[in-house]
Amino acid sequence: MATASAPIAARRARGAADLVFPPPARRVFEGLLIAYRRTWMGTIVSSFLTPVLFLLAMGVGLGRLVDRGQAAQRLGDVSYLGFIAPGLLAATVMQVAAQESMWPIMAGIKWLKTFHAMIATPVSPFDVVMAHVWFLAVRAASVATVFLAIITVFGAVVSPWAVVAVPVAVLTALAFACPIMAFAATRESDQGFAALSRFVIQPLFLFSGSFFPISQLPAWLRPVAWVTPLWHGVEVARGATLGHPRPLAWALHVAVLLAYAGVGLFVARLTFERRLIT
Amino acid sequence: MHGLHLGGSGVDIEMRDDAVAVRGLPRDRRRAPLTDPPGTQTGRVAVTPGRYRASAMPADPSRPLVEARALCKRFGTFTAVDGIDVTVERGEAFGFLGPNGAGKSSTMRMIGAVSHRSGGELRVLGLDPDRDGPAIRGRLGVVPQDDTLDLELTVDENLQVYGRYFGLPRSVIRRRTDELLDFVQLTDRRADKVEPLSGGMKRRLTIARALVNEPELLLLDEPTTGLDPQARHVLWDRLYRLKQSGVTLVLTTHYMDEAEQLCDRLVVMDQARIKAEGSPRELIARYSTREVVELRFRSGEHEVAVDKLAGLVERNEVLPDRLLLYADDGDALVAAVHDLGVVPDQVVVRRSTLEDVFLHLTGRTLVD
Repeated sequence: MATASAPIAARRARGAADLVFPPPARRVFEGLLIAYRRTWMGTIVSSFLTPVLFLLAMGVGLGRLVDRGQAAQRLGDVSYLGFIAPGLLAATVMQVAAQESMWPIMAGIKWLKTFHAMIATPVSPFDVVMAHVWFLAVRAASVATVFLAIITVFGAVVSPWAVVAVPVAVLTALAFACPIMAFAATRESDQGFAALSRFVIQPLFLFSGSFFPISQLPAWLRPVAWVTPLWHGVEVARGATLGHPRPLAWALHVAVLLAYAGVGLFVARLTFERRLIT
Repeated sequence: MHGLHLGGSGVDIEMRDDAVAVRGLPRDRRRAPLTDPPGTQTGRVAVTPGRYRASAMPADPSRPLVEARALCKRFGTFTAVDGIDVTVERGEAFGFLGPNGAGKSSTMRMIGAVSHRSGGELRVLGLDPDRDGPAIRGRLGVVPQDDTLDLELTVDENLQVYGRYFGLPRSVIRRRTDELLDFVQLTDRRADKVEPLSGGMKRRLTIARALVNEPELLLLDEPTTGLDPQARHVLWDRLYRLKQSGVTLVLTTHYMDEAEQLCDRLVVMDQARIKAEGSPRELIARYSTREVVELRFRSGEHEVAVDKLAGLVERNEVLPDRLLLYADDGDALVAAVHDLGVVPDQVVVRRSTLEDVFLHLTGRTLVD
């Protein structure tokens, strides 16, 4: 075969690519994209319209009041709009990732049983997980890119470092998507999902430093923000759009996000296998 | 080994010999569904050794496609399959007949390499499902009890997406989609969404989907459950054609007429065990008489009649709504019933079926 004479480096590269995105997972991913072609219109509203309204109401409307007070110092010498825009970016991506890791997983396992159709072929449960991880990465990247363009138009981006916000948004998405997928695969009904949205995702959205610095939180609550992934995503995204690169801190934030995604992925592999291979 | 080629008209299915393709150097890639386009394979094999190993498995045509010995499946303390022995030969249509909960679906899932056995031995296509699951699944076609179609997609998108799961090139899938949709009589619906299709159409699409990789073995779990009689007959006709073309079928059913129509050989399953094995005709000859007299009585007369008639034949079955008397000559038996002064409301003389076999073996009817 041609591959026998292929340069070792090229073969290694392909081997690594197959490890992070196994060929059967790529084929499932293709299928997800074909299905998404039919539903993407509906996702535009939740992905963009709602956060843009938030941006207008809070960043522009409320922001005028905030900027007139003495808040600027505490926010780090930025306008309120400039402060919350990157926070909203990370929080929006989190919400998209969380939603897409709950109901669609339940549908694949239980309602439409499409995952069962997949694993009746050479596709393994882990391939199904990886296909969704990549699908969500692409979704998160596109949401983050468009959102970045929008806040640039609003004048909330002051530095080319802002492009860093996109990969960080993807990481933030996966830090939520992987553990939530792992959880979703253990459920018998979607009851837990509403609770997860209401009691985890929504509070994080409000209190993870998107709308105000967590230094405003009571001291005992701050450690909670430190361990949740969203705050880490918000910190890097904000540093990026405002042009304050801090390599060491960023490395730490990214490490936390990677840990969430990695552990989540590992557990998702187990819960998907346990659920689909009986 | 015989591959399936579905001719353009959907009628002229011919047998193909693809054995060469399996041994390597695929003639076309029909029989190597796990093989990627040239040059993309080695990296994957290097990364996950063993996972796709079996694409190089030599196929021994004399070897049974399914061999199970003392096969068990337990879920906690519940035993779904309790030590069954099954052998399915190439080219035959093999059935698992039994009521719901007999362990048929659990057995099918183990054969389909999506469920690990709890005990015993199992070889599918000569391979161990625990070790070579992806390789086995690449050569199977599965028609699950639920259709599991992607309702958001169109008819031909379903085939396109599913064919890709086997790593088939798009051009090959496109060609087969034309043939398969013709075969299952869905060509005129190919651009439609799946959601509004009738139950029978969805089932036929599921069968087309299961054939997209030209499987050596087609597994059908309750293929006509929930369909109306007409849709069932269309489906039986299609499955009969597949069987004629040399595809090995393994199906589960709780319909005795389905088993009689489609199966060359079957096992009767009840409460996780195999009760009997043979061709439909053998089983009827062994466990029943040639004919059966079914008697119905007006309300209140049932018990009295049962008492009077019980000694008339060697074997009878008392059901809540009727009495079955087994005899080789049904008409003679009806005469004997009249001689005893019993006047049933309704008399039917019929041939024995697998239903009678099941009744004899388990004391219960197949469908409640």
